Amino acid sequence: MIEARHVTKTFGKLRVLDDLSLSISPRRITGLIGPNAAGKTTLAKIILGLTKADAGTLEIAGTAIGIDDSYRSRIGYMPQMARFPENLSARELIEMLTDLRHPETPVDDELVERFDFGGALDKPIRVLSGGTRQKVNAVIAFLFRPDLLILDEPTAGLDPVSSGILKDKIFAEKAAGKTFLLTSHIMSELDELADDVAFINEGKVAFSGALTELKRVTRQSNLERAIAEMMKRGAAA
Amino acid sequence: MKVTAKVAGYEIRDVIRSRWLIGYTAFFLVITDALFRFGGGGEKALLSLVNVVLLLIPLVAMVFSTVYLYAAREFIELLLAQPIKRRQVYTGLYVGLALPLSLSFVAAVCIPFVLHRGITNTQPGTFVALLLAGIALTLIFTALAFLIVARTEDRIRGLGLAVASWLFLAVLYDGVVLLLISIMADHPIERPLIALMLANPMDLARVSLLLQFDVAALLGYTGAVMQKFFGRSIGVAVTSLALGVWVFAPFLAGLRAFQKKDF
Repeated sequence: MIEARHVTKTFGKLRVLDDLSLSISPRRITGLIGPNAAGKTTLAKIILGLTKADAGTLEIAGTAIGIDDSYRSRIGYMPQMARFPENLSARELIEMLTDLRHPETPVDDELVERFDFGGALDKPIRVLSGGTRQKVNAVIAFLFRPDLLILDEPTAGLDPVSSGILKDKIFAEKAAGKTFLLTSHIMSELDELADDVAFINEGKVAFSGALTELKRVTRQSNLERAIAEMMKRGAAA
Repeated sequence: MKVTAKVAGYEIRDVIRSRWLIGYTAFFLVITDALFRFGGGGEKALLSLVNVVLLLIPLVAMVFSTVYLYAAREFIELLLAQPIKRRQVYTGLYVGLALPLSLSFVAAVCIPFVLHRGITNTQPGTFVALLLAGIALTLIFTALAFLIVARTEDRIRGLGLAVASWLFLAVLYDGVVLLLISIMADHPIERPLIALMLANPMDLARVSLLLQFDVAALLGYTGAVMQKFFGRSIGVAVTSLALGVWVFAPFLAGLRAFQKKDF
């Protein structure tokens, strides 16, 4: 689904992505793991065209990005920090995005019903709690039935019930053939959700493959310990 | 074009509910009304209003736009993650800020003007010139704010730069001009002076307005030179053209920076 080749990105002197090559398989959930400032969010933003790579190429379903902007109609993005125009209501925001994207198929508002918003959809976003904003953020990512979903820390700030609803939705959409790229600091969550993992460290891919393979290679039974083992080996090498 | 208008439309719905914009409109409304009520109507009230317009509009357009754009950063990211072009997002954002700012100024000045129609004896032409100058300043300083925000990552630095630019153009610039005049007193400095005036949009707006009022004493040195050099009608044409350049130059420079920017 995503084919990144030799992607390099520097911010000033800091080399965030260093000749990174990575392949993300379709119809699977890939967990993007790495220490803070390893380049996870930068990679997600390069895929979306928000940030421009210094070198390297990126293809999504065989089409190189950066030629036009239409490829983004197939991507749903849930950014790490959800901040919206303060004085608009969530309903107006959803209307606005629908209006901008004018999708051919009706929007997927299943999450609107599942997350019990109450009257919160019609209040100005500035009065909503962080968790409610994150729910709005999740609704928007799934709204246009994208083939590829990029979720950056999706469950951050959600209560267990809402977090469960979101995970159910992720599994249902995966079963329907969608591809997911997911970052999280909660390893147990990725353990539960991810089929594949890509471990990024210092701008390079340190491991990429199936979650079961990572556990086998590191001889660990859970992801958290497997990653710790990878980091130890990386430091030793 | 359609997408740009949609982005602008939704932003306007957000901006017009902002307390700052409501306060700005109310302030102009009260000031204009008070000037007409107590200033005896006519030219005098309008002249006082000119001074308020020249100082306040650039400051508000600059600070409001800068603060709004930095606060909207994540929202801009969300827009850029949609299948639309950066140019459309940028232009939409610009129209969505410049339009409500201009309209609230126009409304706040027009309402008292119409209410006090009976006691004023102002030429409608002069009044229209004031409105146009106010709109031009709004467009220019909003564009400058867009340029600053597109090129400055840090919001404190960006806001500082915006306020410093305003302070420089509004206050320090005149001092520099005066200093130059006193140093170069023995030389013919009309041409360089005109260049200096064209380089400051606030000076430009002031001169183009005061050329309308026919009050040479208030023109200042650059204005007097301008009037002597070009005569009134060509002077108005030149200053209007220069104001137009001042809208487009920062707008386009900001667009360039916005298209290359990493979010």
